[in-house]
Amino acid sequence: MAEEMRVVLRNYGKIDPLKIDDYINAGGYKSLEKARSMSQMDVINEVKKSGLRGRGGAGFNCGQKWTFAYQAQADQKYVICNADEGEPGTYKDRIIMENDPHSVLEGMAICGYAIGATKGYIYCRGEYPYVVDILNTAIAQAKEKGVLGNFDVEVRMGAGAYVCGEETALIESIEGHRGEPRYKPPFPPVIGLWGKPTIVNNVETFANIAVILEKGADWYAGLGAPSYPGTKVLTLTGDVVNKTFVEVPTNTTIRQVIYEFGGGIAGGKAFKAVQIGGTSGGFIPASLLDTQIDFDSMAAIGATLGSGAVLVMDETRDIVDVVERIAKFFEHESCGKCAPCREGTMRMHKLMSKVNQGKGTAQDVALMDKLGRVMSVACLCGLGQAAPSPVLTTIKHFKADYDAKLQ
Amino acid sequence: MADYKEIITRYKDLPGGIIEAYHAIQKEQSYLPEEAIIAAAEVFEIPVKDAYGVATFYSMFSVKSRGKNVIRICESAPCHIAGAADVVAALEKELGIKMGETTPDGKFALEFTECVGQCQATPVITINGKPYGDITADKIPAILAEYK
Ligand SMILES: Cc1cc2nc3c(=O)[nH]c(=O)nc-3n(C[C@H](O)[C@H](O)[C@H](O)COP(=O)(O)O)c2cc1C
Ligand code: SF4
Ligand code: FES
Repeated sequence: MAEEMRVVLRNYGKIDPLKIDDYINAGGYKSLEKARSMSQMDVINEVKKSGLRGRGGAGFNCGQKWTFAYQAQADQKYVICNADEGEPGTYKDRIIMENDPHSVLEGMAICGYAIGATKGYIYCRGEYPYVVDILNTAIAQAKEKGVLGNFDVEVRMGAGAYVCGEETALIESIEGHRGEPRYKPPFPPVIGLWGKPTIVNNVETFANIAVILEKGADWYAGLGAPSYPGTKVLTLTGDVVNKTFVEVPTNTTIRQVIYEFGGGIAGGKAFKAVQIGGTSGGFIPASLLDTQIDFDSMAAIGATLGSGAVLVMDETRDIVDVVERIAKFFEHESCGKCAPCREGTMRMHKLMSKVNQGKGTAQDVALMDKLGRVMSVACLCGLGQAAPSPVLTTIKHFKADYDAKLQ
Repeated sequence: MADYKEIITRYKDLPGGIIEAYHAIQKEQSYLPEEAIIAAAEVFEIPVKDAYGVATFYSMFSVKSRGKNVIRICESAPCHIAGAADVVAALEKELGIKMGETTPDGKFALEFTECVGQCQATPVITINGKPYGDITADKIPAILAEYK
């Protein structure tokens, strides 16, 4: 039986998240102290050597990203924690922030020291006002204790826009604008918030930092899958017995996640499909369940690890209906800045509705396949690029479900 | 009527603070009236079109008047397969209005939302941001009673 491995959630249930002394007694803020006794480059190299890759979906090497911001010359730099968590089916960042807010603050402060930034922002989604309160309490306590030194952290709230999880849209939003993604390059580590070098990392990424400095890069690099080491916090939804969160090493297989941690399919039914990584993730059939969840193994089967959301569907589920719902999501959340996504998500939703209502033809399905492939290369940001993935992967793996609805 | 200018001015020195200011206004009265948007443009020294553009971009902000208590039903895929449509039907019946409408007494507004991050307890609704999970039709009257 596979077991959970709690690295990110190391203090879960062991400390009172609203008491900074609990965190400090559990060894908290020692890594920040240690970092400050090291050179900036040594801190970055340690993070780089650990192999930690971003937990927000893109999987970029964290230390590598920090190097770019460290090397950029500027009078001010910023650290941003991406707590927008908009990917449907995902609540792992909330679990982390609610149960161990200081682990995130400590990670941010270590990043600030490493790249030479004295100001940090946590961009927390507007749907989490109760998390904002916890974060503000933690920040006030950290300030009172003086543990953050000259590093200042401020919480900003989103207001219900999935695209604001995209790092440049997020930056626009903090600046008080509509959350429309910027053209890249330049990337945020070079030109970010208010034109200054900026690191944007996910909540879970930051929550890994202190423990890497405490136990060492080699220890971390040895956990889970070598190319994407560490653990991943997953959130299980849909037709599983245990609708819960779990933290597992990244070499765990999808089958273990669903059957061992998830307790299998609810109601004694049979498995049909699982969508991993949130609503922008690919649908995975039974034949691929022995794939490891790490970033590269998932990419190899045309799927993603993404945010770590795991939506399980049993044999009774109507795949075409679920994908139509998802297509509506993207039409609604497209920011409208670029035509392939603004028009493409709208057309895709129309076609999916037509097919779902039993009015579609084989040509419609072929058209969706083509439209999806164009969007995945022509859209400006990750939203439009990933939007067709549920359509494309279900046409590939669940063609019979479409055929059954065609005229 | 709330003093919009006074509320917004509290955020004047916060760079990019217009979104926080809009949240503060909506806490007072559930939507952003035209006067509030014009006041925000003045306080933050931006064109009214930009202040309006921000107000209409974000789904939590409404530029149209709506009920005092905003009920949002999550329709993202996990809630969808957990029976969000039944929750919609039950709420519409209980309140006597359709999605997107406000009750005649101005107490409740019904809206869709995408995932609110409480997916351990699908289907989920929120009322003024407070989440309620594992919603079934029979739980609804008691929940609404909290706001009557
Ligand atoms: C449409 C869209 C939504 C995104 N939403 C999130 C999000 O909610 N949280 C997050 O951390 N990253 C999100 N990302 C990824 C960010 O752009 C960025 O890659 C990430 O915050 C970097 O942090 P990491 O390297 O620690 O993963 C999103 C990307 C796209 C294109
Ligand atoms: S891909 Fe979609 S969300 Fe991204 S910039 Fe284009 S329109 Fe906006
Ligand atoms: S899917 Fe409905 S709360 Fe997350």
